[in-house]
Amino acid sequence: MEIPYTVKPRPDTGLYNAKVGIWLFLASEVMLFGALFSSYILLRVGAPDGFWPDVATGWPHGLLNIPIGTFNTAVLIISSVTVVMAWAALKQGDFSKFRRFMLVTLGCALGFLCIKTYEYNEKFTHYVIRMKDGTAVTGHLDINGHSPRFWTLATITDKKMTSVKVHVDVPNQFRYPVGMKRPEVSHEAGEHGGGEHAAREIKTADITFLQAFVPATGTFFAIYFTMTFLHGLHVFGGAMVLGYFTFFGRKMYESDPERMTNRIEVGGLFWHFVDLVWIFLFPVMYLL
Amino acid sequence: MSLKAFHLVFVTASVLLMLGVGAWCFAQYREGGESSQLAYCGLCLLCAGGLVVYGRIFLKKLKHISFL
Repeated sequence: MEIPYTVKPRPDTGLYNAKVGIWLFLASEVMLFGALFSSYILLRVGAPDGFWPDVATGWPHGLLNIPIGTFNTAVLIISSVTVVMAWAALKQGDFSKFRRFMLVTLGCALGFLCIKTYEYNEKFTHYVIRMKDGTAVTGHLDINGHSPRFWTLATITDKKMTSVKVHVDVPNQFRYPVGMKRPEVSHEAGEHGGGEHAAREIKTADITFLQAFVPATGTFFAIYFTMTFLHGLHVFGGAMVLGYFTFFGRKMYESDPERMTNRIEVGGLFWHFVDLVWIFLFPVMYLL
Repeated sequence: MSLKAFHLVFVTASVLLMLGVGAWCFAQYREGGESSQLAYCGLCLLCAGGLVVYGRIFLKKLKHISFL
């Protein structure tokens, strides 16, 4: 049985069926991400004093790596350009040019995911520690020269550690909730050169809270990981589809070039949507 | 809406993002006085300008393709 209107436009819609289908799908995606962005706004605006980092003056700048986020934004913008170029190459009947542009797109997708993984790992080894005297610091634990992931106060207690060595962020970039005191940190005590991090031994008995930046740490990180992971899944899914057409699309192109070109257009529309989501995610999560 | 039209929407959004990030960097520079923030701001504005030029070239090259 032949699938109708894969190339010719359907008379009632004026579009081929796959294009109508992708726009309906993207409409559902807008609702999904729209709901998450709305949740973010409501959580941020409605957070009581002291429960949202620095609720009085703004967002905790410095907890996310802005240069890396900017670089990832550039990577996705480039991938959108190359996916359009790949589609235009198919329209001109140049399959090898299409493949070259598509390989660049896939490289960008892979690069984006690798950088995101690095960022996640950085968060999983980055800790917030609150002390009994009301002070708090952020930094990396130093356990025999390596920085562990996902530790909590219970982990330290279970290991019967009397103290932990912490490379405290200098300047400590965490903006403290209202009423929480900012600790004094020596700039000379750094061990990573240039006073970048100050090593500090903190007694376990003095700690009331210790946790890596994971979703359970707070509302911000819960929504940050939810939205960026969901976006990452979309990047992965889009790359899989585009990769399939890149490596296995020649046969279809030779038998039905217009249909193949339309499929790439549909894939490109999805890719653009995913990139557009990031264009909104980046300033909301990293800058504002 | 074709990929061509959606690409133009995307390029417009990217230009606005670059202008926004540039403004944010300039605000950071005014607050902290770090010259790197000013350089970052200049880079963002340059990228925004580059994207506008790219958008015009893109429109010219693909003028035979429909917006639908």
